[in-house]
Amino acid sequence: MIGTDEITTIVASSLRLTAPLAFAACGEYLAERAGTQNISVEGMMLGGAFGSVAVASTTGSATTGLIAGAIVGLVVGWVHGNLSHRIQINTFVVGLVLNALVLGLTSFLIAISEFNSNQVAQLSIPGLREIPILGPLFEQRWPMYLLLLLVPLTWWLVERSRWGLNLRAIADNPQAADVTGLKVKKLRRQALLYCGVLSGLGGAYLATAEVGSFNMNMTAGRGFIVIAAVIFGAWRLKGTLIGCLVFGFADALRLALPALGFELNSQLLVAAPYLMALLAMMLFASKNREPRALGKPFVRGIT
Amino acid sequence: MTGKRSLPNIAELMRPSDRAVQVSLITVAAVAVAVLASMFLVAATGGSPGDAAEALYTGSIADTAAWSETLKAATPLLLVALGACISNRAGVFNIGQEGQLLLGAGVAAYVALHLALPGFLVMILSLLAGALAGGLWSGASAVMNYTRNVNIVVSTLLMSFLAIQLVSFAVTVPWLLQAPRASADSIASSESAQLPPEVRIPGFGEYPALEIGGGLIVSIVLTIVLGVLLARSRWGFRLNMLGLNPLAARHAGVRASWLGGSALALSGAFAGLAGAVILSGQVFRLQPALSNNFGWDGLLVALIARSRPIAAVPVALLFGALRSGSSFLASTGVPNYLVDIVQALLVLAFVVPPVLARVRSRGRAEAAAPPSEPVPAATTEPEKVTA
Repeated sequence: MIGTDEITTIVASSLRLTAPLAFAACGEYLAERAGTQNISVEGMMLGGAFGSVAVASTTGSATTGLIAGAIVGLVVGWVHGNLSHRIQINTFVVGLVLNALVLGLTSFLIAISEFNSNQVAQLSIPGLREIPILGPLFEQRWPMYLLLLLVPLTWWLVERSRWGLNLRAIADNPQAADVTGLKVKKLRRQALLYCGVLSGLGGAYLATAEVGSFNMNMTAGRGFIVIAAVIFGAWRLKGTLIGCLVFGFADALRLALPALGFELNSQLLVAAPYLMALLAMMLFASKNREPRALGKPFVRGIT
Repeated sequence: MTGKRSLPNIAELMRPSDRAVQVSLITVAAVAVAVLASMFLVAATGGSPGDAAEALYTGSIADTAAWSETLKAATPLLLVALGACISNRAGVFNIGQEGQLLLGAGVAAYVALHLALPGFLVMILSLLAGALAGGLWSGASAVMNYTRNVNIVVSTLLMSFLAIQLVSFAVTVPWLLQAPRASADSIASSESAQLPPEVRIPGFGEYPALEIGGGLIVSIVLTIVLGVLLARSRWGFRLNMLGLNPLAARHAGVRASWLGGSALALSGAFAGLAGAVILSGQVFRLQPALSNNFGWDGLLVALIARSRPIAAVPVALLFGALRSGSSFLASTGVPNYLVDIVQALLVLAFVVPPVLARVRSRGRAEAAAPPSEPVPAATTEPEKVTA
């Protein structure tokens, strides 16, 4: 029998599992709206997770760790941008190599170092947390509330700011945008930096708020789920966040079902989000909602 | 042909460069930087670079036993790389080899364990079944791409995760591939039963002297065949054309969906074959960890080899040597993940220089003939624009 308590637990863990995805998804969303398909988001998250734990353990402050995670993500984004949008190596090759490099580096470093576990503080909103079922919404590690700032900020940046207008222009027709004087490659690098900061934060959230320590390959494909979420959301922020929630919920369900006494195969449940992402892609991808120049390298003068 | 600039990047990487000397000089320097950076990392974290290098040497090429290990590791890497050569040439970028490889191994294991035929025939059939499984798996991505416009990179990646979960699932259910329990009270293992000796790929030579697996011989033959086909055949020419300039290819009557799709399926088939070779040539039982990053690393091999099958041979040997050497690293106190870092840096060291040389010469050309004055930026008010 599923009671209110179980539902409350599932809601809480869905949120907890969605948050790191949502951070990174905001970044990836912006990068894709600028026309870059960034598969190194996995590496950004993993690097952010490692950086945050390393710094949080040495300084003793989880908040500093969170900032450090964002900086590591920024560095990965900077390297990616320079390789794929300055000297124009195929963006998937760059993403692949960066993922491998970050995975190797973090695994190497964690094998020879020891970190204290360190978690950011929980912030409860008195009163609201007493509400049944939805109560856990108001009792979260505080970086969760950072999302409440970053989501509208991302939306505003893409949909309302001049910068976002330029980003969308270079995503749909970089050649035309170039003729009007927009610096296509520079703008795409900027978008990747934003993506790096947010993905790094996502990884840092995973490490410092959710787990409290760093494990080898702890992101375990979450970065790819984030890419799937952007596609799932048909390149709209609202849809992207819903995609993250769906994936977070599936993950929470996988963790909760055995406790509820359901015999379900955990491998098949792990596979469910990927299957959903594929189905979503088959439903949405053909509707031509993706930026027209998505993933294509920019070459001046050729349309 | 239109100007060089219209060529996609990935295709440019594969062409032998005109600035061969300049590129090879930068490449040598970049490789040196990559190796130095890795050694610096070892030193900075308190290890001894000399010891690490010696361990890598001991484990990879110091004696015939080490050489056997290197060749063993190089075989699946070469097979995966061959497949990646095909798809990269066609301009379809398959990055799901890890899953295709594992699925190939899974299906090969099923055939090898469940088919009651003479041993040699079962071995051949299980290798073919592995290749077929990998090909169908990546072929599904091709179908999704050409019918529903699903991005190949993303779908091959997601399919990869699906395959990994499928194999993990298969080895936990007795009616599929889980090994039967030894006794009633022993714990059920999550791996398959061992392949009987008669369905394993035979090896040549004797361990610990030099041992050469049958899989290596097959992959060398495939390398030569594929190298000739890509360089000389009509199929290879069309594949190149599709990758270099899809528009021109279409005008020349190439059906992109058919040619590109079959290239993707073929690359998956090679990955699946690699999985079957690992299974019946080295590991002998299906384990969820059997793929062991061979898929990812094989793709990196193809990138370094710039999608030329013959060039993939030495690169696969180098990566195989790093792999077999890594098992000796632990004794020096340096984590064997160092090898992953070295590999990633090596890819950068080989991929960056040609592009860099091209960009620099293009920069010079643009400086000599500056583009016309840009039109003033549009002055649309952002507030009025909606999605």
